[in-house]
Amino acid sequence: MTLLYFAWVRQKVGTSEEQIDLPAGVVTVGDLIAHLKSRGGGYADAFADPARLRVAVDQEHVSFDAPVDSADEVAFFPPVTGG
Amino acid sequence: MNAVRIQREDFDIGAELDVLAGGRNDVGAVVTFTGHVRGDANLTALTLEHYPGMTEREIASHVHEAEQRWPLTGVTIIHRIGRLEPGARIVLVATASSHRQAAFAAAEFLMDYLKTRAPFWKEEERGGSKSWVAAKDTDEDAVQRWK
Repeated sequence: MTLLYFAWVRQKVGTSEEQIDLPAGVVTVGDLIAHLKSRGGGYADAFADPARLRVAVDQEHVSFDAPVDSADEVAFFPPVTGG
Repeated sequence: MNAVRIQREDFDIGAELDVLAGGRNDVGAVVTFTGHVRGDANLTALTLEHYPGMTEREIASHVHEAEQRWPLTGVTIIHRIGRLEPGARIVLVATASSHRQAAFAAAEFLMDYLKTRAPFWKEEERGGSKSWVAAKDTDEDAVQRWK
């Protein structure tokens, strides 16, 4: 699975993209956030307050209870500010 | 005809409107919205990043929804990315229809969705420091009226 990070989430974790194999027990977006937060360092900082994050699974906006176990691409970013 | 483009370069509004409405006689109204970088409080520049792939999908789905709601003959959306200084154009939304009501409403609808759903992020430079722009509740309120 590909993980993508944008804006300050990218800056805090220190990369824009990475590949991971989902650990057993990670089923939803919320589970994945908890897993990434547990890595510590910049991840703990980026995922400290999930309320500040938005998530897309396979390029669709989703909520934290959405499944990720069959996703190809999960992206984490702040609320959008285009236009 | 619809066009959605994400690009670094500036755009020529006149040329875009010629493409949107030129050569056809069923267009009675074209509404354009152009967003510019507002140079308030010693802003030096904005840098825009986006999520390639998702941005285009998200905008295309809102154009499709606008077409379900209003009788449109065409839509052009151009959003710039990269570093932009005060006064620069950022975004163009142009809607064409036989009648003005549909063109006005669709342009507002598309801008409201662009601001709150399309995956773009702005980082501000003021003097030597950089900070990410926070999303505004007023933009989220604006999009709720279309629900």
